[in-house]
Amino acid sequence: MLKLIGVLIILIGFIKKYNTIAVVLVAGIVTGLVGGLGFIEILNIIGSAFVKTRYMTLFLLTLPAIGVLERYGLRERASTLIKSIKSVTTGKVLTVYTLAREIAAAFSLRLGGHVQFIRPLVHPMAHGAAEINFSKVDEKEEDIIKGYSAAAENIGNFFGQNVFVASGGVLLVVGTLEELGIKVTPLNVSKSAIPIAIIAFIYAVIQNYMLDKRLERKSHTKTIKMEGK
Amino acid sequence: MKNMLLEIFYVLAGLVSIAAAIYALKDKKHPAPQGTAAFWGIFGLIFIIGKYLPPALVGFLILVMGALTAMNKVTFGSLKNSDEASRKESANKLGNKLFMPALTIGVVAFAVAQALPKLGGLVGLGFGSVLATLYCLGITKSAPSNLTYDGSRLLLQVGAACILPQLLTALGSLFKAAGVGEVIASGIGGIIPEGNILAGVIAYCVGMALFTMIMGNAFAAFAVITAGIGMPFVFSQGANPAIAGILGLTAGYCGTLMTPMAANFNIVPAAVLDTKNKNRVIISQVPFALALFVTHIILMYIWAF
Repeated sequence: MLKLIGVLIILIGFIKKYNTIAVVLVAGIVTGLVGGLGFIEILNIIGSAFVKTRYMTLFLLTLPAIGVLERYGLRERASTLIKSIKSVTTGKVLTVYTLAREIAAAFSLRLGGHVQFIRPLVHPMAHGAAEINFSKVDEKEEDIIKGYSAAAENIGNFFGQNVFVASGGVLLVVGTLEELGIKVTPLNVSKSAIPIAIIAFIYAVIQNYMLDKRLERKSHTKTIKMEGK
Repeated sequence: MKNMLLEIFYVLAGLVSIAAAIYALKDKKHPAPQGTAAFWGIFGLIFIIGKYLPPALVGFLILVMGALTAMNKVTFGSLKNSDEASRKESANKLGNKLFMPALTIGVVAFAVAQALPKLGGLVGLGFGSVLATLYCLGITKSAPSNLTYDGSRLLLQVGAACILPQLLTALGSLFKAAGVGEVIASGIGGIIPEGNILAGVIAYCVGMALFTMIMGNAFAAFAVITAGIGMPFVFSQGANPAIAGILGLTAGYCGTLMTPMAANFNIVPAAVLDTKNKNRVIISQVPFALALFVTHIILMYIWAF
């Protein structure tokens, strides 16, 4: 039971909103010590895992180009583009992206990403849609649009990818079950991922629809503002 | 070949980080220039020569980075984007051409992954980024110095959170080495009534979601929970293994949507989008995740048996 102390440290750290990086490091070191590892051994594990996972932070390479594009009006252009389409809403923009992301993931196309797509393209479009529909969008609502924009990427990515027969998740299921003495084929596993992919999309549509309703309720519509003056 | 190319891209990524260190140091209005520069300098160094350093030394350097963030020494500073009027003017002038470099990154990454599977998507991301950078200079006619300036601006804005995904994987390795998973699996396994299919399905799904939330990674949770709970309480009661297996995994994904431990999906994007509330992405995802999680239990109970 003592080995769970790291989990406890993380729970308390997150609830108390301590610095996340410090909490994770303390939890790791304490868990290692309780689990009977030496301090140098712990540093070894942290160091080699960190070097091995540098690929996770390879997105640094995209930052110079995206930064310069933003300097030259990338986000403004995305807003303009979306404003030229009639009857577009924030929720509809996000639903279209979720659908595209899910279908792409199902064909193993890694066309997505928060840095590659959400920040430069999808969020400015979602935000731009709110700007054409309402005269003023409050700061709180602006933050919420950002949250749902990031969520659209995660939902499309997570629940579409396993429909692809050689996705990491499908192969993990096949491999894990095989080690436990159960034989399944990748094709059967990937076919079994289809219903939840569809249900996840339906829920996303509902969620984005409710976001639109919320924005309508909380934002100043153009007509009300005119009546007020 | 693949590894050599990746190492080259790691060196380039390290240079982006070192550029951020230099700009932080030169920033007159920066509240903590030395601390911030040390953080990004160390990070860049680990990217460039980390492979050749003793792992324990890298581990120690990471503790130093952790101490710097704990003391709030890693902050944004005062690097500025161009003003809104000039951004609008240039957006009108350049039009939809502005999208092309951004699309290049994803399209090239995909094309390389498909055409040269031995190199894979990560090498593709590297090539895509380099091409996008050149393409972007060609379109905007920007001075190349803006690349380091604006790259640093974005990286400093994302901040220390961007090392969390790597750090959490390291934590996962430590948990594994210390045997945390086995303790959790046996703990949940001890309270389930045997022979009850619904109780088994609920325990498997809850176990996957909970353990994923703790580890921040459904893949890490899957092997442990499937062996500890799935096997005795779901699969051995006659579940269709393909259906119960994949639903077990995606029940874990519902947990991923709700945990700050999955930093690359939930915390880094909040930093990338510069949200006021750093948990904004998780808050947006919780209702969806809970609804889909309950759906998993119902679907597994009805469809797998």
